[in-house]
Order: sequence, then C-alpha cells, then structure tokens
Amino acid sequence: MTADDGTPRAWRDRVLPWATGAAMTLAIVMVFLVVPDEREQGVVQRIFYFHVAAAWLAFAGFAAVAVASAWFLRTGSEAADRLAHACAEVGLLFTTLVLVTGPIWARPIWGTWWTWDPRLTMTVVLWTIYAAYLMLRRLSAGDDTTRRYAAVLGIVGALNIPLLVLAVRLWRGIHPAVMINKDPEAGLKDPSMVWALVVANVAMALLFDWLVSLRTRLLRIDREVAALEMEDSQG
Amino acid sequence: MWAIARKDLAIERRTGEMLSSLFLLALLVVLVFAFAVEPERLVGPEIAAGMTWATLLFSGTLALNRSFAIERESGAWTALALLPVDRGSIFLGKMLANFVLLGFASLVLLPAISILLGTHGLDPAPLTLALTLVLGVLGIASIGTLCAAIASRSRAREVLMPLLAFPLLAPLLIAAARATTGALVGSSPSEVQPWLAVLAGFDMIFATAGWLAFDWILEE
Repeated sequence: MTADDGTPRAWRDRVLPWATGAAMTLAIVMVFLVVPDEREQGVVQRIFYFHVAAAWLAFAGFAAVAVASAWFLRTGSEAADRLAHACAEVGLLFTTLVLVTGPIWARPIWGTWWTWDPRLTMTVVLWTIYAAYLMLRRLSAGDDTTRRYAAVLGIVGALNIPLLVLAVRLWRGIHPAVMINKDPEAGLKDPSMVWALVVANVAMALLFDWLVSLRTRLLRIDREVAALEMEDSQG
Repeated sequence: MWAIARKDLAIERRTGEMLSSLFLLALLVVLVFAFAVEPERLVGPEIAAGMTWATLLFSGTLALNRSFAIERESGAWTALALLPVDRGSIFLGKMLANFVLLGFASLVLLPAISILLGTHGLDPAPLTLALTLVLGVLGIASIGTLCAAIASRSRAREVLMPLLAFPLLAPLLIAAARATTGALVGSSPSEVQPWLAVLAGFDMIFATAGWLAFDWILEE
C-alpha cells in the first residue's frame, strides 16, 4: 500500500489496543476498588470519573475537527479530511457517553434525569451540531466538494461554541437554577480521587486515539475501494 | 454584492414566489401552534416572543433553502464561481437578499401573532423590538445562506439544510427570544443589552465566516 501506511501507523495499531486495554483496566480498578465513596453522593458519584473524562475528550475531539478542517482547506490533504471526519464521529460517540452517563448520575443526586443547566444544554446542542455534520458527510457525494463543505462546517461549528456557551450561561443564569450546580471538582478531597480522574482521562484519551486511528484507516480503505471500483467499471 | 442582491430581489419582485410562500408558511406555523396547544393558553410576552422566533426560524430556513435553487437548476453555479469578483461578496449579496425577504416576512408576522394571540395589554418598546428583529433576522439570513450553500450539493438538501442550520442558530434563538420578551414588556435596549450583544456578535462572526468561507464553497 501507500507510504502513509508506513511504520508510524503500524506502530500505533500495535500499541494502542494494548495501552488502551491496560489503562482502562487500571481506571476501572481505581474507580471501583481504590477510590473511597464520596461523602454526600455515595457510590453513584463514581460515574463522575468516566463522565468528566468523556466530556473533555469529546470537546478536544471537536476542537480537533476544526483544526483538521482548517488544515484540509489550506493544504487539501486528504489525511486531514479523514482525521476531521473520524474525530467528529468519535467525538459524537463520546458526547453520547456524556449524555447517557449524566442522567444516570443526575437522577439519584438531583432527583431528575434532565435539567436545563447551561452545561447540559450546551452539550445537547453540540451533539446536534456534530450529528448534522456527519449527516452532511453521509448525504453528500463524497467528492472533493463535499470535503470542502464539511471542512467549512467543521470550522463554523467550532465558531458557534463560544456564542453558545455565552447564550446558555446568560439564559439559565438569569432564572434561578433548578439545582445548585456545585463544581464537582471542588469535592475531590481524597488524593486517590484525583489519580482516578487522571487515569480515567488517560484511558479515555487512548481509547479516543485508537478509535480515531481505526476510523481513519477504514475511511482510507473505503476510498481506495471506491477508486478501484471506478477504475474497474471504466476499464 | 449589490448586484447579486439586486438580481435576487428583482427575480423575487417579478415572481413573488418566495415571499408568498414565506408568508403562508409563517401563518401556518402560528396556526399549528394554536391547534396543538389550547390557543387561550398561548398568552404572555414569553410565548409571543418564542412563537415569533420559532416561526421565523421554521419558515425562514425552509425559504432560505431555495437560495441557490435558481443557480443550481439553471447551471449558473459555475458562472457565479467564474465571476471576476470576490466570492465573499456573492455570499454577502445572497445574505442581503435573504435578509430583506425575511425582514418583510417578520413585518407581517408580528402583527399577525399579536392579533391571533391577543397580546393587548402589553406595552412594547418599539426601538428594542426593531433592534432585536434586525439583528435576529440578519443572523438567520447569514447562517441560512451559508447552510443552504453547504447543503446545496447534497442529494437530501431539503432535509439537510435545517439539520445544519437549527443547531447553529441555537444561541441566536435563545438571545432573540429573550430580547423580544423584554421588548414586549417595554424594556429599553440597554435593559436587554446582553442579549443584543450576543445577537450582534453572532451576526458579525457568521457574516464574516460566510464571507470567508465562500472562497472554498464556490470553488469548482
């Protein structure tokens, strides 16, 4: 195959599954066996480690979509386009994780599955932005024009985030909030909690990276197959 | 830029296609709300403001979907790309034409909503209302034009365009509805100033983004 299939990728493919598996095992052990129960919230607070890690990685992923999109528009590099596509997919998956683990945590603690708190509102809007981004990719021809349009949307979507944060903060800040949203990090008194969060983050980051590398490879293979089919039908 | 806007508005003046469907659509959305919820319950400045923007958003995105239909159907897309002008000004021209159309629509929509929902007893502040409308409609026009262009090459463009536009318009909708609520109870512009600032920021960011992005969008 081609040159960008060379050693770095093979190295990543060999190392990432093992590293992800090990880090994830360590994270699970720490979250379930090492960390003490949170004083007020009890056992359900343990979901926090994966919830927060998934949220950070999802946001990082969407930032990567914007950066890779800009890179694609500048250089026309197809690898950048595939990276943006894969990061949007995996970012959406991680946002889904956030939106699933959040209510499970909120229900016993806040007494409700959902509240229109600024962070929740922002997360669900972000989910729809990147779901729409993937719909654009799916419903378009997959030619160079589509890639350019998707890149524009990847950047415009990121430009929207600061405005979105500002608007939901102002909006839900004016009305009294349903719950007092304590900053969960303020409660990390036990040092093992901090370590568990760090390990969970590393594990989620490795998982993110691994999934992105699998998806970019698959997208490249898809494209090669499409090119071969085209060649075949013409020849 | 002015030429593009003038061309689109001239076509519109002659056919009246978009404006008439925009009016009808807006009226229908209000009726749909009234049928879905007991009309007597649809009272108060918050509901009227929310209805106004929900209606503008739905009818606006559906109408703006057609922004590039003429170019696409007559094959003028390539001609647009080949024009010896800055491509960003093509975006600005399109946006301007859409802004004027939506502006007309909102001028009809506001009295309609106020009559149908009976917003008497409210004491609206005209200046706040006008500012909010101008800034809000400008934002819908900018995102709408950009998303219509992005969706125009897709095989499901009619569905795709609102899918792209609605989430991006979320901050605008929040800010415009709050500012309008304020305007309907007589707040001066300085009282709803944070919302107007969000709207103005939104307009500037996305008008600029569209202007820059058209370099890549019109490339063939």
